[in-house]
Amino acid sequence: MRIFGVAARVLLVFTVVLGVVYPLAMTGVSQLLFHGNANGSIIKVNGKEVASDLIGQSYTMDSGKKDDKGDAIMVADPKWFQTRPSAASYDGKASAASQYGPNNADLRAAIDERRKEVAQLEGVDPAQVPDDALTASGSGLDPAISPAYAALQINRIARERGLSVAQVAKLVQENTHGRALGFLGEPYVNVVTLNAALAAS
Amino acid sequence: MSDTAAGLLQVGFLVVCLAAVYRPLGGYMARVYTSESDLRVERGAYRLFGVDSKADQTWAVYGRSLIAFSAVSLILLYILQRVQSHLPLSLGLPDVPSGLAFNTAASFVANTNWQSYSPEATMGHLVQFAGLAVQNFLSAAVGITVAIALIRGFARSKTDRLGNFWVDLTRTVLRVLLPIAVIGTLALVALGVVQNFAGGHEVTSVVGQTQTIPGGPVASQEVIKELGTNGGGFYNANSAHPFENPNGLSNLFEIFLLLVIPVCLTRTFGVMVKDKRQGYAILGVMGTLWAAFTFSATFFEVRGNSLEGKETRFGQWASALFASSTTGTSTGAVNAAHDSFTPLGGGTALFHMMLGEVSPGGTGTGLYGMLVLAVLTVFIAGLMVGRTPEYLRKKITAREMKLVSLYILATPTVVLVGASLAMGLASARASIFNTGGPHGFSEVLYAFTSAGNNNGSAFGGLSANTPFYNTALGIVMLLGRFVPMVFALALAGSLAKQQPVPVTQGTLPTHKALFVTMLVGVVLIVTGLTYFPALTLGPLAEGL
Repeated sequence: MRIFGVAARVLLVFTVVLGVVYPLAMTGVSQLLFHGNANGSIIKVNGKEVASDLIGQSYTMDSGKKDDKGDAIMVADPKWFQTRPSAASYDGKASAASQYGPNNADLRAAIDERRKEVAQLEGVDPAQVPDDALTASGSGLDPAISPAYAALQINRIARERGLSVAQVAKLVQENTHGRALGFLGEPYVNVVTLNAALAAS
Repeated sequence: MSDTAAGLLQVGFLVVCLAAVYRPLGGYMARVYTSESDLRVERGAYRLFGVDSKADQTWAVYGRSLIAFSAVSLILLYILQRVQSHLPLSLGLPDVPSGLAFNTAASFVANTNWQSYSPEATMGHLVQFAGLAVQNFLSAAVGITVAIALIRGFARSKTDRLGNFWVDLTRTVLRVLLPIAVIGTLALVALGVVQNFAGGHEVTSVVGQTQTIPGGPVASQEVIKELGTNGGGFYNANSAHPFENPNGLSNLFEIFLLLVIPVCLTRTFGVMVKDKRQGYAILGVMGTLWAAFTFSATFFEVRGNSLEGKETRFGQWASALFASSTTGTSTGAVNAAHDSFTPLGGGTALFHMMLGEVSPGGTGTGLYGMLVLAVLTVFIAGLMVGRTPEYLRKKITAREMKLVSLYILATPTVVLVGASLAMGLASARASIFNTGGPHGFSEVLYAFTSAGNNNGSAFGGLSANTPFYNTALGIVMLLGRFVPMVFALALAGSLAKQQPVPVTQGTLPTHKALFVTMLVGVVLIVTGLTYFPALTLGPLAEGL
């Protein structure tokens, strides 16, 4: 039984060191050195906190129609750049992927449906719609889309907002990120900061 | 730059980073476990523990200490979850139900970090940082102690002493894991990972919708989750969540963290057995397997080219690289949903775990797992030429081979029995999400393979938070963790007692390409033959 006494003492000491001192000290130092990052990289538009620049949001509006349960059906708001489909509906407290297997019939049907909707919204041929516009991300909170999907939306945004295509393209350019160090990950457009820039302009 | 060029550079950069720290960190760890002197803070700790740091233990006492420590850990973690609602910083979340609390306690103590729950909706901050994250350190350290004990079994002779478990555990935490975790935390926060104690932060978006930006001490937990090959996400989406893994650089850093200790331990092994070439040979086997599975996962995902379950900032290459590294190291963190991978890409992840987590495996577990397979390989080679097999100048006798055989059989037994049981029960089959085909069977097989091999990743569609899966997977995780550990320690005890045999012309050199090739073959054949029938019913049926 002595061995269990030793085990309990070791566990308690390490719980204090690793479970209390370590996270508190790390939080203190992080708050001091990297205040913005440590608190979620919150961005403001006209002084108001609108988002975290790392957490995606949906840019939708009430279609006026109701679903079977009586909830409002939300559709893409054409005045804003659209993010990817999300299994979490961009709920910050419920990150999730769809978990659909690649051959799942429901996934195939959803992709076909989204392809039609996006093509119609952007007024393009369905074959032109890029894959990230059709698929749900791993987190359900992906703030980014591919440069191809952003390019597809430029004409609509310019038309809806009375801006020139060049003006919108410039904003897209400013919110496009290359690969980290030039070769890590993929290039992407941050839709959250892009829409914040639209709101501020 | 083309996708392929960038992807290849990404893999190459990872290998260069690991190579750069290989000798310094591996050599440092060897000194940590051979040093005669304790740090002042350690002497204070041993007085608190009531431990004599100079008292070497037999394998049986070493093993009993390990089991007692893990048992006490299991109980404390279970209790913490069960009284969560009365604790501070619990974000108003209720007590965790008993079945789920058992599963989670077993999971984190067994270094598996299988999560039947969605963290945002289940675990408050306190249980995460004072319970789960503490086990992320300690379970990783426990794995390393077993590897060190087995190395000593080869390095020592004519003794029944393998070192002191409490000393090895304390040194691993204070001298290896904690310093790297401190630096890594700050690096992750600098890259955008959050580190605060807020419950959530409300914002109103530009279209007027409210959104809660989640908080938490994420970076300090994220770093040890990878470094200790644990894998349990602070958030449900794990390393796909932008707050756990914000960009391509943080992604590569996390992959580096989960590989660094298992890789460098082969150097520690080489230094401690006084033949660094032996460490290179073991690393060569691990590296060959990891490279092959990385190639396979990347090939199928790039060809499938679907972003379902993947983040835009990572794409195919960075998701496949993470997937092969997390399944080869028993980490189980994910930066993409494996359930949505192509059949053969997901099948690659599944088969990678089935190797027994040796490429390069978990912290410590990877090394001792591979050394056990190396013993099997010299035995098979010995049979071919009719000589008594030996490895690192220790004879492999009937006793050693019995322990090796039991070690190798333990995990596949619990995996396959568990998966068969689940498929035989209608209530367990009802948890399958992608129904009506081989993919559903893959979800169940993946769950038991992940649990038995202490990986923790999932085909996440499976609804595992049920009494059956919480109990069955909890038991499978504990058996898959501690039964092989006991056999590995017994093997260490048996080897340490021997007198080393002289190297002769007839000795099989175990540092050359021939042996590396044979060991790769043995790993693939042993696991392949064990699991092939099951694989044909799942990913192979779906993908071919």
